Amino acid sequence: MLIEINDLNTFYGLSHALNNVSLNIKKGEIVALLGRNGMGKSTLLKSIMGLIKPKSGKIVFNQKNICGQSPHKIAAAGIGYVPEERRIFPTLSVLDNLKMGIKGGRINFSSPEAWTFEKIFHYFPFMRDRTHQKGGHLSGGEQQMLTIGRALMGNPGLLLVDEPTEGLSPAMVDTVRDILLDVRKSGVSILLVEHNFKMAMSVADRVYLMGKAHIGYSGTVEELANDPKTRTRFLEV
Amino acid sequence: MDPTTAMYIAQGMHGIAYGMVLFLLASGLTLILGMMGILNLAHTGFFMLAAYFGYQMVQWTGSYWAALAAAPLVTAVFGILMERFLLKKVHVYGPMAELILTMGVSLVILDGVKVIWGSQSLPLSPPESLQGLVNIFGMQYPAYRLFIIFLSLLVLFIMGVLLYKTRMGMIIRAAVSDAQMVDALGINVPVVFMLVFGIGTWMAGVAGVAIAPILTVSPGLASQMGMDAFIVIIVGGFGSLGGAFLVSLICGLLSSYGIQFLPQYSAVLIFIFMAVVLAVKPEGLFGEKT
Repeated sequence: MLIEINDLNTFYGLSHALNNVSLNIKKGEIVALLGRNGMGKSTLLKSIMGLIKPKSGKIVFNQKNICGQSPHKIAAAGIGYVPEERRIFPTLSVLDNLKMGIKGGRINFSSPEAWTFEKIFHYFPFMRDRTHQKGGHLSGGEQQMLTIGRALMGNPGLLLVDEPTEGLSPAMVDTVRDILLDVRKSGVSILLVEHNFKMAMSVADRVYLMGKAHIGYSGTVEELANDPKTRTRFLEV
Repeated sequence: MDPTTAMYIAQGMHGIAYGMVLFLLASGLTLILGMMGILNLAHTGFFMLAAYFGYQMVQWTGSYWAALAAAPLVTAVFGILMERFLLKKVHVYGPMAELILTMGVSLVILDGVKVIWGSQSLPLSPPESLQGLVNIFGMQYPAYRLFIIFLSLLVLFIMGVLLYKTRMGMIIRAAVSDAQMVDALGINVPVVFMLVFGIGTWMAGVAGVAIAPILTVSPGLASQMGMDAFIVIIVGGFGSLGGAFLVSLICGLLSSYGIQFLPQYSAVLIFIFMAVVLAVKPEGLFGEKT
């Protein structure tokens, strides 16, 4: 297992946001985390990243317990985060936003797997001509691409992606799908929170469904595809 | 040059000199506020403390240059200690606790300098090479004030290079807009915070030693220039260095020309300026709407 989460509990004040959540991801696997709004999907990603401190539980990543550590330590351990709110740096140029993602500030050109500006531009050609434009001047969709690029520049072993296709045009949704599949090919695992059910089902290997603050179902994409009852229970409004 | 024009220009240069020192003081304040969300009420206390350190250093070594080099560094060490051992502890209790803590530290500094150096004003003379007047295009101008303008420009240049030409600067600018996200990218933000706090108090220290020969060293120094520094960061926009620079110069010019043309109102001009700006742009000239 690349990451194993056991009995994770997270609170927002008194409200129990994650209740004994357990989840695991193998190397090179795309796992979709689906559910209605407010069930705790984003909270789970933030808890893994260390942006919210879990109250109890274990998060073992590459055989090390990272639960409760600072975000920068968790990032250095090899987890990349693409937040829902994008959170690009508006006053920095597109290129500097990408540079912010590079661990230690240096690209490791000796590793053929390492992400470079060139590879990012290959997927998101709009960035190539606009490297000096401020991040804040990009459109919402372009900012979303930049967030993904920024996270990839850190060469994560596990990528946490929160609603990457929200507000994107269908063409851009396809680009995101392609890049997620290509990232997986290079051995990177992905935990994907996604509202677009079709898109999630088309890239994922396995699916977890969240009910209020807990995991209510887990299974492969095929199993869920043949289980309309469960889909109704956890996904339909 | 005819004497009237010379007087106007000299008065303008006085304003610029004051404005530049004000900027050194305010830029640290606005940087710490923008990045860490902490309004450091002790900042002006450190500024005053540096002036006392400078005074003491001159007493010991006889050299203004030694004071200018060492006093801001010692001040920065005090600033870093406060960030590491006090602010970090109260951070979990939220911004109000941090505000109260910095206010407490400023009171300790204020009373501390009275206990050690007394309440009277202490003189700090500029170095001999900078005493007297220099001749600029036929105008006589105090050499020391000219030096202050150049010193501030030098610090400004160093800051500009650091902020816009280095990776550390890029990280600082990113952290001003979203420190948590910077941390989530694998950068040790607490260490960056400490560094910024150190740089901020160092600049306050340079400002303190630079202004001391003009205003003398006294416990009143903190409130005297401190009020102006807070106005600068409010009007300039929280976290905006460009805003702080512009408003510092405006403040300096307002106060020097105010004294010349409207002496009875000069003290309130700056407040009127602040009120007008905030009425039109409540987030400050370069502030972001929140």
